[in-house]
Amino acid sequence: MRNAFAAAITRLGEADPNLVMLAGDIGNRLFDSFKDRHPLRFYNCGVAEANMTGVAAGLAASGLRPITYTITPFNTLRCLEQIRLDICYPNLPVIVVGTGSGLSYAGLGATHHSMEDIAVLRTLPNMHVVCPADPIEVGLAVEDALRLGRPTYIRLGKKGEPVIHAAPPAFTIGRGIELRAGDDVAILSVGNMLAVALQTADDLQAQGVSAQVVSMHTVKPLDDALLCAAFTGKKAVVVLEEHGLTGGAGSAVLEWGNAQEVDLRKLLCIGGPDRFLSGCGGQRQARASLGLTAADIVPRILRRLN
Amino acid sequence: MSDDSDLDSVQLAARFRARVVAMSHAGNAAHLASALSCVDIVALLYHSVLNVDAHRPTWPDRDRFILSKGHAAAALYVALAYRGFIEPAALDTYGQAGSLLEEHPSPKLPGVEAATGSLGHGLPQGCGMALAARILGRSYRSFVLMSDGECNEGSVWEACLFAAAQKLGNLCAFVDFNKWQATGRSREVLALDPLVDKFRSFGWEVREIDGHDHRQIADAVRGVSLQSSAPTMVVAHTVKGRGVSFMEDDNNWHYRIPTADEVQRAQAELALAEVGAPNKLVQPVPA
Repeated sequence: MRNAFAAAITRLGEADPNLVMLAGDIGNRLFDSFKDRHPLRFYNCGVAEANMTGVAAGLAASGLRPITYTITPFNTLRCLEQIRLDICYPNLPVIVVGTGSGLSYAGLGATHHSMEDIAVLRTLPNMHVVCPADPIEVGLAVEDALRLGRPTYIRLGKKGEPVIHAAPPAFTIGRGIELRAGDDVAILSVGNMLAVALQTADDLQAQGVSAQVVSMHTVKPLDDALLCAAFTGKKAVVVLEEHGLTGGAGSAVLEWGNAQEVDLRKLLCIGGPDRFLSGCGGQRQARASLGLTAADIVPRILRRLN
Repeated sequence: MSDDSDLDSVQLAARFRARVVAMSHAGNAAHLASALSCVDIVALLYHSVLNVDAHRPTWPDRDRFILSKGHAAAALYVALAYRGFIEPAALDTYGQAGSLLEEHPSPKLPGVEAATGSLGHGLPQGCGMALAARILGRSYRSFVLMSDGECNEGSVWEACLFAAAQKLGNLCAFVDFNKWQATGRSREVLALDPLVDKFRSFGWEVREIDGHDHRQIADAVRGVSLQSSAPTMVVAHTVKGRGVSFMEDDNNWHYRIPTADEVQRAQAELALAEVGAPNKLVQPVPA
């Protein structure tokens, strides 16, 4: 996803002369191509995220279209008040990009985990929260966020995630993308869990259960039509995220469902626990320890259906 | 322009002070002494320095002014009324239910460049505005007014590093160095001294002035431009509560609201100041 992001801003920087890239002393060589082409529009802001976020707000208030980029917890929680007051309150077109989200950097320890970012950022008025599922969605998300011109948080994984979409899908912030149709259960996958969601659907199919799979890349605003269809047409609705259950995408759907008066007994939220993780090895091991694998998820869905 | 347009900046500052004192009483709003300490800087900038146009509050080439010590909002509001961004009558709504003249400035109000009130937010945004001028080839300048207590915030020093690294010569920050923060002497709470040396060692062009001397304020901002190679920091020695004898250097007035009688006494003193009675000048305090 990192490389897809760098490629996207290099391409989009050609079309939009106002795009300015701010990085928090990260991405050595990653942005060389952008820097070569747009030397006046790349700034290494150092290890100083509060300032970087304020600078982005000042640029945006002056007509530019800044993107801030560093490791997720540092670019979200560390500078949360700057995001809230400098960007969201005046509703400025700043794109905040976090890299290494969820458990992407599981092996680096709790300092680098981000299982709270969706929860926190979606509480901010005016903010959009977008979690691309694969490298193709990354480029499309950045492009659509620039079109939107509003405060937007884009949650990236790391590098080397597989490309899942066979071809670039139609991508609009706030509209989920159906990858597979299904009758019994809707699996709404958030961000980098899409491969797990597809595996889960395959395994359910083998047991005679038909599962729809959707990349629900936008947690805020939620896709009303998608959710209405899922809750009325399916026997179960599963929200799958590499993020804490407290306040995450599943929690957002619960809030939505409460307001809509749908049957929330259909909802199954799958995510991380309310505790810090330690000693968890890489992303694969971390997911396994939290039950975020198809082998863990399938029986939970079957129990919910019964 | 209001009917203050024929005043010089010193007279204007006295009139601003009288209004700010009355607004604190009418709006039941605190931080009066903090507003009084920076009135001269605000008055001089809006009188003689800032290239702004109330008819075009978002004009791309306007100079930017961020009152980063947002708790002194009343000082900004009187200046915005003076330059025509808001109606003078709107000052009467300060602190009242439904008014956009909140106790800390809101960007919803014309002429307000940033939401301030949480300290340490103005300088990074001022850096961004100054950097934008360079990227876009615009000649405007960015001014930021901070408090000394505000220099407790780490984001101030992050921004100091950034502004020097980027050689933002079109950026000028003030510290309204009144030697007090909410609960004590700023020198004692977090050992702020030597403040001038700190900014100088961060790579800023530092000017140390009497923050109530309008000529010194005007001189300090000369040379702020894209062509300069370093940002300018003006360490302005001030007196909290300046202009009202029974408020000067008394930190109770950080939060106290004046009574109607105190407003009257203050305004009597300030009326004398406006007609040119000699005002005692604070001497620069050596670092």
